[in-house]
Amino acid sequence: MERDFTKRKLRWREGIIEGLLFAAAAVAILIVLAIIYVVVSESTKFFAQVSAIEFLTSTTWTPLFDNPQYGIAPLLTGTFMSTLVALSVAVPLGLLVAIYLSEFAGNRTRETLKPTLELLAAVPTVVYGYFALLFLTPLLQGLLRPIGIELPSLNLLSAGIVMGLMIIPYIASLSEDAMRAVPRSMREGSYAMGATRLETAFRVVVPAAVSGVVGAVILGMSRAIGETMIVMVAGGTQPQMVSTPTQGGATVTAFIAQVALGDLPFGTLEYNSIFAAGLALLALTLLFNLIAFWLQRRYREAY
Amino acid sequence: MTAVDVHAVRDITAHPKGLAARRFKDSAFIIWGIVATVIGLGTLVALVTELVNDGGHRLTSAFFLSFPSSDPAIAGILSAWVGSILVIITTALFAIPIGILAGIYLEEYAPKNPITSAIEIAVNNLAGVPSILFGLMAVGIFVQFLGNPVRYFSFLPEGFRVAAADLFGQSVLTAGITLSLLILPVVIVATREAVRGVPQEIRHAALAVGATKWQATQHHTLPYALPGVVTGVIIGISRALGETAPLIMIGGLTFVAFLPITSPGDAAFEVIGAVDEYGAPVTPDATERIRVDNDGVVVLPDFTEMPVQAGQTYELPHGSTVQSVATWGDAVASWSPSNWLGQEFTVMPIQMFNWTSRPQAEFLEIAAAAGLVLLFITLLLNGSAIYLRYRLRKSIKW
Repeated sequence: MERDFTKRKLRWREGIIEGLLFAAAAVAILIVLAIIYVVVSESTKFFAQVSAIEFLTSTTWTPLFDNPQYGIAPLLTGTFMSTLVALSVAVPLGLLVAIYLSEFAGNRTRETLKPTLELLAAVPTVVYGYFALLFLTPLLQGLLRPIGIELPSLNLLSAGIVMGLMIIPYIASLSEDAMRAVPRSMREGSYAMGATRLETAFRVVVPAAVSGVVGAVILGMSRAIGETMIVMVAGGTQPQMVSTPTQGGATVTAFIAQVALGDLPFGTLEYNSIFAAGLALLALTLLFNLIAFWLQRRYREAY
Repeated sequence: MTAVDVHAVRDITAHPKGLAARRFKDSAFIIWGIVATVIGLGTLVALVTELVNDGGHRLTSAFFLSFPSSDPAIAGILSAWVGSILVIITTALFAIPIGILAGIYLEEYAPKNPITSAIEIAVNNLAGVPSILFGLMAVGIFVQFLGNPVRYFSFLPEGFRVAAADLFGQSVLTAGITLSLLILPVVIVATREAVRGVPQEIRHAALAVGATKWQATQHHTLPYALPGVVTGVIIGISRALGETAPLIMIGGLTFVAFLPITSPGDAAFEVIGAVDEYGAPVTPDATERIRVDNDGVVVLPDFTEMPVQAGQTYELPHGSTVQSVATWGDAVASWSPSNWLGQEFTVMPIQMFNWTSRPQAEFLEIAAAAGLVLLFITLLLNGSAIYLRYRLRKSIKW
């Protein structure tokens, strides 16, 4: 009898614990739903007053003016420009580092350099913002003046470059993991055919690891799209159509944070415009996640 | 049978054409690889040097023990670091248990079904969601919905509404929960990897001697996975510590001259004539609070300052009138350590951002000093996580 009792008690306990564990895991779904719910429902209030067509086609974003205009395009150009600059820094550097660490560096060098480089991703972004504003911008101003370019003190170039430096570890670390997962035998095969290490790296290892590399680049890209503080401190908060990186301009994220810093009351159209901007950001992030997912499926090499 | 022209056959022992050039490219690439690595490491060095040069001389004990002020010479980070610690404690209280339990569930318990795959998709996607969207979500749910219980759930009992109004809104609790949701994927993924690394034999041995599934997990799997879990938790906490954007969204104030365990702003002022943005009178509510500096100066939202005197009225820029009902000395006496969770706050990164966006050069110095403190703590945390991971890889060989 006694044994039966404890058994039943234990079974009870096990059930409760499993329920708790499930509840904890389900929090992840709740967060996703909560984000989507808040952004979509508040945007709905926005779109009740502003037509979606104006939102998508107008090239002026001036929600705080007397005659407000709500075109998301200027914010998107700001986001794309800073992301483009960041990627043109981070992709070449990140891939060079990844190939070097995976194919050329010795074990010890790799074990030391990789975690040290990962510290780049750990630096608080507001510190990076300070660095871009007060170190890189003056430096670039000095470099660009002789060739006739006057760089404003708030510009997307230095914000983008610093953002690129920040995402190097994402791209380098994940690409390196993907490259190291390529089986030794494929390299040996290539060497046996007389290829050098560099030829093996570029013609055998990188193509074989391409799905991981693409995933790494897209992860870096979504970090750049979602980054707020660097662009807010160093990139400017004036929404305008951006065509060159030497301009300053607000990104989607910088605009959202800028409005939150002000004292606009919640529920007004002006305030709701940040949820519409947030919806654009959410859509963008989801789009790139989907592209990454699709590319990885399409180019996955299984061993 | 024709004779073979021996001169036409390539000597396979000789170097093929262009090998020297190909070998040269090989070594040249190593240089490029090293250059790229050095650029990355150089950034870290430049970052630290820049901050030390700009703000190193401001790192005195007074800097840590003073409140922010409109005078950069005496401003400090007291409210910021206390705020950061309180927010991080709250973050940890939510993120660590939920993250670990969720990780265990996904690795040890989850059946293969649509709900499990939905959870996995959610965890993977959350890691890529911009942090500012977590901020927008927090504004909608914790600041507006739970922070305005009178407006949104008047049907609930009075006590519950008072508790919700006290705790949520622009508070330490809201900030802590928001950051914990942000770092949850980090903790979950680290837990899963650590648990996955524990060999099946350990579980089987426990189950074979009659342990239940949870007993096996609690007493055998989890202890072995612990170092990996701790590494993930440290990295998550360090991320939360440096995070700025979501806290700006929920209104982590940029000028806070009191500790979250006291509440001078509430005690010192009473709203006597609140108006909305169009000048129409409204019922006074908590959003009309203004804050007092540590040297007894009222800082109005437009950054103008006035000395505090009992009974004096102040007009806010958008037309509301507030009246001080006590002096700073009285206000400071109103400690409310029991309700620190519900207090307004600032944190280190927000304080640094606030100073960075001021035009005066003196503020940039203290911004750099605050950045240095922040950088030191995050690098220390990440360094210890790296060390832990290294030790772990060396010590355990299954």
